[in-house]
Amino acid sequence: MPRIGVFICHCGENIGATVDAAAVAKAAGELPGVVHAVDYKYMCSDPGQNLIKEAIREKKLTGVVVGACSPRMHEPTFRRACAEAGLNAFLCEMANLREHCSWVHEKLPETTEKAIDLVRVMVEKVKRNRPLFPINVPITKTALVLGGGIAGIQAALDIANAGHPVVLVEREASIGGHMAQLSETFPTLDCSQCILTPRMVEVAQHPNIRLYTYSELESLEGFIGNFKAVIRKKARGIDEATCTGCGACIQKCPTKKIPSEFNAHLGHRTAIYVPFPQAVPNKPVIDRAHCTYYRTGKCKLCERVCPTKALRYDQEDLLVEVAVGAVVVATGYEVKGTDFFPEYGYGRYKDVITGLQFERLASASGPTLGAIRRPSDGQVPETVVFIACAGSRDPAKGLHYCSKICCMYTAKHAMLYKHKVHHGRPYVFYMDIRAGGKMYEEFVRRAIEEDQVSYIRGRVSRIYEKNGKLIVKGVDTLLNSRPVEIAADLVVLATAMVPQPDAEALAQKMKISYDGDRFLNEAHPKLRPVEMNTAGIFVAGACQAPKDIPETVAQASGAASKVIGLFSKDELSREPVVAVVNRTAPPLFSTCVGCFLCETACPYQAIEREEIKDRNGNVLKTVARVNQGVCQGCGTCVALCRSKSIDLQGFTNEQVFAELVAL
Amino acid sequence: MSSASHAAPHAPTFPERVREATGESVFQCYQCGKCAAGCPLAAEMDYTPNQILRLLQLNLPEMEEEALRALSIWLCLTCETCAARCPQEVDIPKIMDHLRQESRRRGLVHPKAKDILAFYESLLASVRKGGRLHEVGLVASYKLKTGHLLQDVLLTPQLLQRGKLSLRPHKVADTDAVRRIFDRCDAAAPENKADHA
Amino acid sequence: MKLGYFPGCSLESSAREYNESLQAVAPLLDLELCEVPDWNCCGATAAHSLNHKLALALPARTLALAERAGFDELLVPCSACYSRLAATRRDLLANEALRQEITSIIELDYVGSTKVVSVVDVLGRAAPTIRAKASVPFLRKVACYYGCYLTRPASLTTCARPEDPQEMEAIVASAGATPLDWAFKIDCCGAALSVSRTATVAELAGRIVADAAERGAEALVVACPLCHTNLDLRRPAIERHRGVSYALPVLYITQLVGLALGLSERALGLHRHHVPVRFAPGAAAPAAAPKEN
Repeated sequence: MPRIGVFICHCGENIGATVDAAAVAKAAGELPGVVHAVDYKYMCSDPGQNLIKEAIREKKLTGVVVGACSPRMHEPTFRRACAEAGLNAFLCEMANLREHCSWVHEKLPETTEKAIDLVRVMVEKVKRNRPLFPINVPITKTALVLGGGIAGIQAALDIANAGHPVVLVEREASIGGHMAQLSETFPTLDCSQCILTPRMVEVAQHPNIRLYTYSELESLEGFIGNFKAVIRKKARGIDEATCTGCGACIQKCPTKKIPSEFNAHLGHRTAIYVPFPQAVPNKPVIDRAHCTYYRTGKCKLCERVCPTKALRYDQEDLLVEVAVGAVVVATGYEVKGTDFFPEYGYGRYKDVITGLQFERLASASGPTLGAIRRPSDGQVPETVVFIACAGSRDPAKGLHYCSKICCMYTAKHAMLYKHKVHHGRPYVFYMDIRAGGKMYEEFVRRAIEEDQVSYIRGRVSRIYEKNGKLIVKGVDTLLNSRPVEIAADLVVLATAMVPQPDAEALAQKMKISYDGDRFLNEAHPKLRPVEMNTAGIFVAGACQAPKDIPETVAQASGAASKVIGLFSKDELSREPVVAVVNRTAPPLFSTCVGCFLCETACPYQAIEREEIKDRNGNVLKTVARVNQGVCQGCGTCVALCRSKSIDLQGFTNEQVFAELVAL
Repeated sequence: MSSASHAAPHAPTFPERVREATGESVFQCYQCGKCAAGCPLAAEMDYTPNQILRLLQLNLPEMEEEALRALSIWLCLTCETCAARCPQEVDIPKIMDHLRQESRRRGLVHPKAKDILAFYESLLASVRKGGRLHEVGLVASYKLKTGHLLQDVLLTPQLLQRGKLSLRPHKVADTDAVRRIFDRCDAAAPENKADHA
Repeated sequence: MKLGYFPGCSLESSAREYNESLQAVAPLLDLELCEVPDWNCCGATAAHSLNHKLALALPARTLALAERAGFDELLVPCSACYSRLAATRRDLLANEALRQEITSIIELDYVGSTKVVSVVDVLGRAAPTIRAKASVPFLRKVACYYGCYLTRPASLTTCARPEDPQEMEAIVASAGATPLDWAFKIDCCGAALSVSRTATVAELAGRIVADAAERGAEALVVACPLCHTNLDLRRPAIERHRGVSYALPVLYITQLVGLALGLSERALGLHRHHVPVRFAPGAAAPAAAPKEN
């Protein structure tokens, strides 16, 4: 005979204010099989848990139902309490009286009745529960890091320094990401490349890091501790082992006028190129779309000048398979282009540029060697207008969110401009100044007070060109919303930070979730900020949400520490909620008829074929078997099995039907 | 978590009535000023569009009346520039239409807006009569209403000379049908008769 | 092609040259304009400022009459009327209760089957014909002026780039003209304040005329009678206000197309303008001009 205990939690006011918890406990106590039923204000507290433990021991309970919050919240708590009292953890079930009842209904008699229904259902289920035991799986202690910007670099170095092998994959020809493009960084104004390049070199030289640049993730399969990743190593057109990075090919390349991605299209590069002088690795790639040889079949000038004969024109993409136990996604962001702004000229005014382009103008390694010169005619701009929130906080343009970094980098830009053009007049149109961060507010005040940057509160309605000037039509809402018109020489738009164009495709490839803006979703916005909902996959940097360098680095180290924590164990314990194919006595062995419909349906490739043989090794029957390490417990195979030979542990057909019948 | 406390019945606030009439929420405005920056008449307005919305956002009777007394709501040309560029997608011209009707209904029309109102009323009077606008009739009626007898309102002699004004009004055939439309619309908003204050 | 035609009140009087030029050009472009029987005034700014229901009912009557006459499309040359009619159609199609209320007010059924199109829509489609038939290409630099309602609200118009529209440019280019890039093509001219606040109009329309003139335009091109009034008829006020006189004529886009198609100035009503339609000699040599394809 089952001996079930029922424990109803008030969750303070959360349940108690809407549901009559005492009445629920009383009704539960009258259910057949229930030998103990109580209510308590906070069942998750120590005294609450003790109520459960004592009842298990004293009433010799064979099953427990806790009517409280979502099992996502406290199921581990209550199962642990049961286990401590000697009851198998999987004989404890939760009825969700909060999310499924009290939070979504008014205080009415029907609400309490619904709570009683929910409890009765779980009582019927738990009567049919069987003891289950966690499954142990081995862990491959190698990490895959996607993205070689500062987030990926930091995560890779942290994991590698803890002694674990890392595979670092970067799409571009060099690691470094956007941080390598920046001039100086707020709020300290230290040179971005100067602090970044030592880390890039460390990555290249680290014995635990295998670096794949000009490479992308082709596919990812498996599960925590046991992923299989395929990496597409795109054809560079050179043999990296032979190339010494001397640069002779780049100097001689006749195709020189290709807009440089690294310089945000303000400068040019050749068809065979390294993105920037400090590139890691310092090995060129051939841009086949622009290379004369690939387009016309003639040229090969680079091959003639190469001293080590490293050119490989017929090189093809290479697919590399790696086994990893954890993945860190650090694929970064891009910024909206000026063509995103109809009212600011649809990108047709050369002297309306993005903040990233301004970084290249201000950078010593940029197209102007750090001199602030406007793109149209190379003149030094006397008046520069900076427009904050360009695209950000603009639902009409489809972007609701704050890009978070623009207030700070706009202050920095205005400051750098003033430092380089002393007589220049910088104006900043802004809506709010968001300078939360160590020394951030002080930095903005410095721009306003010491460098006399004119901050004007208001959005800009329109920009048009007249007589070589850009007429900026703004407003000062602090001056009775008076229209303000400024004739500028250069306009810098602090354009919104958005995910990489293929962020959605990557997320789908990896089966990880993302939000409406295509940023990746962390598992919990407060308490699990570096984990994804898919176990074993972690996130760092701006692919999750806009963030600055310090935050990115902190999150990358956080993700790395999670990976290191995972790798600190040799085996991983998993919940036993997996499918099983039944076994019966010979000569049947199993009701499975070997149709393997389940094999084709399983999204995780968890179904294997098992041959049942006699003593002489003759195959008597081939039946399905579930690999418990791979199975995710989704139940698709259960639904499809025509002979009803598969069941999901913890959610057997018998249990689920019992729940339904109880309603 | 009970929402019962939010559901208590109350008389609709002015912002709620604006929303009822126009579908627009004044609370959506985050006061960036982009409307004022682009408004062709911002420099002449006593309150720029965002300031009008601000008066309504405060939800205080005296502020609401101040908005209805504003000259701005009558200066608004419905050029749609503000709405086209509003990052929060507030249909300001639609709200302005509602404020004009409310201002006239409550007799709060700004003294300097009397000419503008007189022009609109003269125009609708002309349409009520003949179904189509008769420009000469409109000008005559406007002059009488405002007392600007000598104003060169439409450079009339020149227009006549170029054959651009007809002294005889063009009318629809079914003038009764048009009149009935006016009557019914007036009945729907009796305090806001289309062509006379 | 047969089109329903709603001239609107201005085209019967102060803007009759717009009507004349449109009527003259239409047959050359294989357009048959069929006036909506017994159409009425759209109510203009006056109606939507003073009475919301009236602002829907007046355009709705004309729309219903056009629908009853069986037109697929209704051509509305005045851009203010165009906006009122198109907005009414949109609002009534979006709200069934409102549609029923308005149809009972106007005593006519209306389901919204007739589409509202502007002169720019129609001439845009006819651009290849204009190019082919332009016997006297209009070899002048012009500033195309859209004003408000041809581009706004963007949800109502067919304009692809509402902040830098190119539809009129394509039409005048097909007639041989060189459209200029300029700054004020979508700025408001002052519209309905023409009579009640002439000084305001002088300022707003003045900026438009000045920018076009300063960038070397030989004519302003418009597709709206109210814009034409403010830029042409109000020119003395503009000139007084700015202390500068501008010889820049203002052409309806139909007049420009008509000139290129070889129609006479008189047939196109050029003599009815306040600012004389005269051009500096030299540039235009129609007969010898090379014809573009």
